[in-house]
Formats: sequence, structure tokens, C-alpha cells
Amino acid sequence: MTYDRFLNAAVAAVPPSGIRRFFDLASTMKDTISLGVGEPDFKTPYHIRNSAINSLLDGETQYTPNRGLLSLRKEISIYLRNRFAVSYDPGEEILVTVGASEAIDLALRAMVSPGCEVLVPEPSYVSYSPSVIFAGGTPVGVVTREEDDFRLKPEYLEAAITDRTRVLILPYPNNPTGGIMERADLEALAPVIEKHDLMVISDEIYAELLYDGKEPASFAALPGMLPRTITINGFSKAFAMTGWRVGYACGPKDIITVMNKVHQYGIMCAPRMGQVAAEEALRQGRENGYEDVLTMRESYDRRRRLMVESFRSMGLHCFEPYGAFYVFPSIRSTGLSSEEFCSRLLMEKSVAAVPGNAFGACGEGNIRCCYATALDKLNIALDRIADFVQGLTKGESGK
Amino acid sequence: MTKLESSLLDLLKEDCRLPLEKLAVMTGASLEEVAETIESLEKRRIILRYSPVINWDLTDRDRVEAMIEVKVTPQRDMGFDAVAARIYRFDEVKSVYLMSGSYDLLVLVEARTLRDLASFVSAKLSTLELVTGTATSFVLKRYKEEGVIFEGEDSDRRLVISP
Repeated sequence: MTYDRFLNAAVAAVPPSGIRRFFDLASTMKDTISLGVGEPDFKTPYHIRNSAINSLLDGETQYTPNRGLLSLRKEISIYLRNRFAVSYDPGEEILVTVGASEAIDLALRAMVSPGCEVLVPEPSYVSYSPSVIFAGGTPVGVVTREEDDFRLKPEYLEAAITDRTRVLILPYPNNPTGGIMERADLEALAPVIEKHDLMVISDEIYAELLYDGKEPASFAALPGMLPRTITINGFSKAFAMTGWRVGYACGPKDIITVMNKVHQYGIMCAPRMGQVAAEEALRQGRENGYEDVLTMRESYDRRRRLMVESFRSMGLHCFEPYGAFYVFPSIRSTGLSSEEFCSRLLMEKSVAAVPGNAFGACGEGNIRCCYATALDKLNIALDRIADFVQGLTKGESGK
Repeated sequence: MTKLESSLLDLLKEDCRLPLEKLAVMTGASLEEVAETIESLEKRRIILRYSPVINWDLTDRDRVEAMIEVKVTPQRDMGFDAVAARIYRFDEVKSVYLMSGSYDLLVLVEARTLRDLASFVSAKLSTLELVTGTATSFVLKRYKEEGVIFEGEDSDRRLVISP
């Protein structure tokens, strides 16, 4: 039986994630050191895990309000005000979701109508464009360049806008490049957003992971931009809570209300125990100056420096990332494509990295390496990559 | 303590064989700064020794360990320090701590055999005139030491590749 008649053609036509094939290959290999992960190597801090266990033992197993526990929304509101100088009403402007991914999906479903174009800077996280298509819109890639530190420049933004453009997704700090947008960079975009009457979905899931004294900058904190921004964040990266699936969206009441409609009919509410744990993360953080986050950030920063320096000493060009936990070195000088490089590195040296083109065509020529891995393993992986690269250049000179 | 000192201590605690070059890269300090700072930490006796965490149970060496709770009579003008010194000078004693609670000193002792350990307690420790009582507990199994889990690797449960 063929199901073409039953499948939604637009959904079926979306290609599987570029990293899927690579995942299948890597999962079959033994003793692989993976730099291909997209999550912290820390476990969720113990007191956070414990709070969820206690809530279960106390019988807190029911639905929560659709928008999430009010106590959690209040903590989120305080957190965003303290850390990012943006102010949201816990009653009507905050929606707790199943991870930041759901929040992005909801924001797109709420704002995109058929024919609308959504601008997606590339390279970036793999879900944005498919989510735009699922919402019935048309994703339009906006290339960012290494020579601009992968920042989104107002002129590239301006050039991509048509009269069908409604939304810009702003994915900073960026996965996979580690690039960031500082306040001045964001300020340069604001007039363009204003002029063309656009909304911004600002995915700030990595906002806590900034290094070298860089200050967090939230698009909604810019003058006049609060009503034009849906701020997306969550607990996965900053608090090492990926498997809990708790994120949130904050924005103007009228849009959050429509997002909540999709959320309410689709899944009711985010799981209660995850919400309880998330509340503990923020409450304790507020009381102890976000000690968990600071400890993890300091540890990432040391490994970040090690990674950048190691790739450079292999002779590879490596952009200095000031955010997230990825480095995105260029492997163009080896003459291999990103996929060839990663496949051979995996087969020959048992190190997994992700080809840059998985994050958009303009990621070709780079590879994404995550440094959220134990230092001893990271050192072994770097030695193996250095061996591999050296082998390549030797091989070439012998030809 | 400076930020560099604090970072170096964290890193060396994790792996004291990290080369100076890597320590410098990771802390963002120069090679000279790192070398000088470590030397200063050593001189000030903040870093006392670089030693590995060993799982002796996997070796063929005979070895027993015990934790001994010791009650003592503190001496005028000497306090507990002098009593502790009398105890920690024995080669068998690995660690000595002054404790709050129902006893005074916690003494970690290591010996080759049970008999050796028993004779240390009865012949050497209990006979000290300032010791008024001991309670010896033998270590049956070591699960975790210095932050390292001994058995059942704390495995990485993450997907090999994720977006």
C-alpha cells in the first residue's frame, strides 16, 4: 500500500535532519569519543533532582495550569528581570512549554500564516526551518559569515526582507557556531525590524553560557523592542536539564494567548515534575547567585580555550566562540568536505563531530565540536584529531 | 586567593598531570604566570602533594583500613593538637581529624593485615596515656573517594550525536 494520498505533502517533503544519518553511523561504533552532543556533560544539580523526587513522593502528580505553575512563572519573571533586564507579567505574558523547542514551534504556529516568510540566520539549529514549514510558512535562510563573527548584520537582514516577511528568528548565542550578538549588534537590527514591521523570535537558550566577560543581551531589553519580541528560553543548557523538557516563551499577551491555545489543545501542560524542578533551579539560583550556573560556565570556559587553541595549533582556522558550548573550526584547508572529514574522523579515529552543513548549506567547510565533555576525554579526542589532520596533510604532500 | 589560583587548584585537583601549556591555555594566563603561581601554591603549602587515587582492591596487595573514633583528655596549654601529634606520627595513621560530636579525634589507619591493625590499636593507640577510649570500624568496601566512583562507571548516557 502506498500512503502518498494520506501524507501531508509539505510535511513529507521536509528532508530528515542532516545529522540523522551521522547519528546512525556513530551509534554503531564502540569506544567513540563524541564531540557531537548538544547537551551539557553535567548532570542536573542534585538539589534540583531531589526537589522533583520529593514532589513525586508528596503526590504532586496532577496536571498544572496550561501556562505552567504560577509559582514557576513568577520565578521566571524575576529571573528574566534580574539577569536580562526584561519585564514580563507572570499572569499573561509567560508560557511554560515542553522544552524551548515547543516554544519555538508554538510561536511560529501562532504568527505564521500560509505564504508568510520567516527569516532564519544560518548556520543555525536544525529545527527552525522545518518548524516554519510545519506552520505553513516559508523559511528564508540569511547567511551569516565567519568574517562577521557569524553575527547577523542589518544589511543582510534588510536584503532578505520581502513584503511577505513577518518574523525573524534570532538564534544567539548560536548553535553551532558559538557566535554571539552583543547589545550594540542587536541595536543595529532594531531599526530594520521597526521599519519593516516584523516580529522577532529570540531563542536565548544559551544566554547564560557567555565567556570572557561578555554581557548577556536580550533583544526584548532594547528600547521599543519588547512588544516585537517573543523571548524563548529554558532550563536545558544553563541548568543541565535537557531530559526534563522544560522551556518557556515570553511575549505580548495577545500572542502568548494564541500560543497557549495551540499548547492547550496539543499537550495540556508541561510535565509537573519538570516544572517543580525548574522552579527549584531558579529559586535556589536567586538565593545563591546562580552558583550552579557559574560553576558550570567556568568549567566550560577552560575547555573552550583549550579547544580553540588546539584546533589552531593543528593549523586549522578556528573562530573564537564567545557563547554556547561549541567550537566551529574550518576544515577547508584539508581539502575534504565537512561530511568526508567527519565520516573519516569517526571511522579512522573514533571521534564524532557534526558536519557543518547539517546546520545549513553555508556551514559547509566547518565542523561542530562540542566541548561539554570530560577534560580527560577531550584531551584524547584532540590528540586523535591532531593525528588525523596531520595524516591528511602528510598524505597530500606525498602525492 | 586569586582567580588564577582558584582555577589552577580546580584543574590540578581533576588531573595533576596536565602540562603547564594546557593549564596556561585553559586559564588564559601565560606559561610563566602559571608556573610561578603553582610554585607559590606549593611554597605556601596549599598544594602539599600530587598523588593518584588508587583502587587497591584491584591489586594483589593485602591491605585493611579502619576508622577509629578516639576520645582523649585534652591537656592544659596543649589542647587537642599535642594529642593529635602523638597519634599522627605513627606510620599506620593516614589521616587524623578533630571532630565535633560524641568523640574527639577520627583516625584513619591502614595496615597490611587485620592482626597488624588490631595490634596497632591495642598496643600503640589505646596505651597512650591521654586516650580514654576508642571505637574501631573496619572499612568493608570503598565506593567513592576524592570524588571518584570506584565501581560501576558513572557512564555518559547522552546520545552520541544530538542537534
